[in-house]
Amino acid sequence: MDAPEQQGTVILTAEEKRRQRARSIAIGFALAGLVVIFYLVTIVRLGGNVFNRPI
Amino acid sequence: MMKSTATTISDSPTAAQGGLGDYLALMKPRVMSLAVFTAIAGMLTAPVPVHPVIAVTALIFIAMGAGAAGALNMWYDADIDRLMSRTALRPIPRNRLPREEALAFGLVLAVGSVFCLGVLVNWMAAALLALTIGYYLIIYTMWLKRRTPQNIVIGGAAGAFPPMIGWAVATGGVSHESLMMFALIFLWTPPHFWALALVRSRDYERAGVPMLPVVAGKAHTRLQILIYSVVMAACAVALAYVGPGGMAYLAVSTVGSVIFVALAWQVFRSGDGLGADAHARRLFAYSIFYLFGLFATLIAERVLGWM
Repeated sequence: MDAPEQQGTVILTAEEKRRQRARSIAIGFALAGLVVIFYLVTIVRLGGNVFNRPI
Repeated sequence: MMKSTATTISDSPTAAQGGLGDYLALMKPRVMSLAVFTAIAGMLTAPVPVHPVIAVTALIFIAMGAGAAGALNMWYDADIDRLMSRTALRPIPRNRLPREEALAFGLVLAVGSVFCLGVLVNWMAAALLALTIGYYLIIYTMWLKRRTPQNIVIGGAAGAFPPMIGWAVATGGVSHESLMMFALIFLWTPPHFWALALVRSRDYERAGVPMLPVVAGKAHTRLQILIYSVVMAACAVALAYVGPGGMAYLAVSTVGSVIFVALAWQVFRSGDGLGADAHARRLFAYSIFYLFGLFATLIAERVLGWM
């Protein structure tokens, strides 16, 4: 059995550490998803104007 | 001088204990899916086509907003959720998450979903989403739920907004068609929840929630279910004439509404006699199928070109 690991003033068990890691990964995916959504919507909104800029 | 660092293991839940499933449960996924489904209907029945990317984006943030409302509801209602068998297994009563975590999660989702919907889609849809979340939390959860047996009549408006949001995503506005879809869900909510409350009245009584069967008695509740069912049925069929429904919707809504009223009549006639709970359960289960069927027909008419 994994021994609880001290982190700051709260002891996290191995299971809690696993959940914390899963949450961190989920937050990471959510942020990446937001970036993709903002990118795609920007392209859709601008349409062909994406390429219409002075050189 | 050196500071001593205390190491503690608290009995109360910490944010570290919650798994992804607990956060998903906070968002009330079944309620969220109904909100998304009716929003799709609102979006597709609108006369203005929506770009698929914008549509999917809008649905993601509508789902987030619905999830925010669910999380904030569970934050506020944690005390009474512990007392009812239907809600006792939610993450906070089960000590899987601290209340503050649900509050923080709900607020982040609420602000994020409204802001993103406004920036990426349009601000009318975002305003309606903000209204939905605020209405569900403040008007229903905080104000009406524990004070009046009309809680789900007035509070039911929160669940009726999603098709209006979907419509606003497409058109940027509100019209009589989207108001008709709002009215349908608004009128559907009381018979749906009162059918459940008839079966679960002891739960509500224990928690001190003044649901109609607890305050006015089961006989009066059955009468109210019947009255609301008739009015709702009229509204459902009217959508084919003054709303977005076509001929297929007219057929489905007519047959579906007749069955709904017949089941409500059975509940009314059964009184407290044998099988009363079974009749109420049947109406509750059918009401979900009924609403899903009506909105599925509206979607099918647009997607398959049945208009």
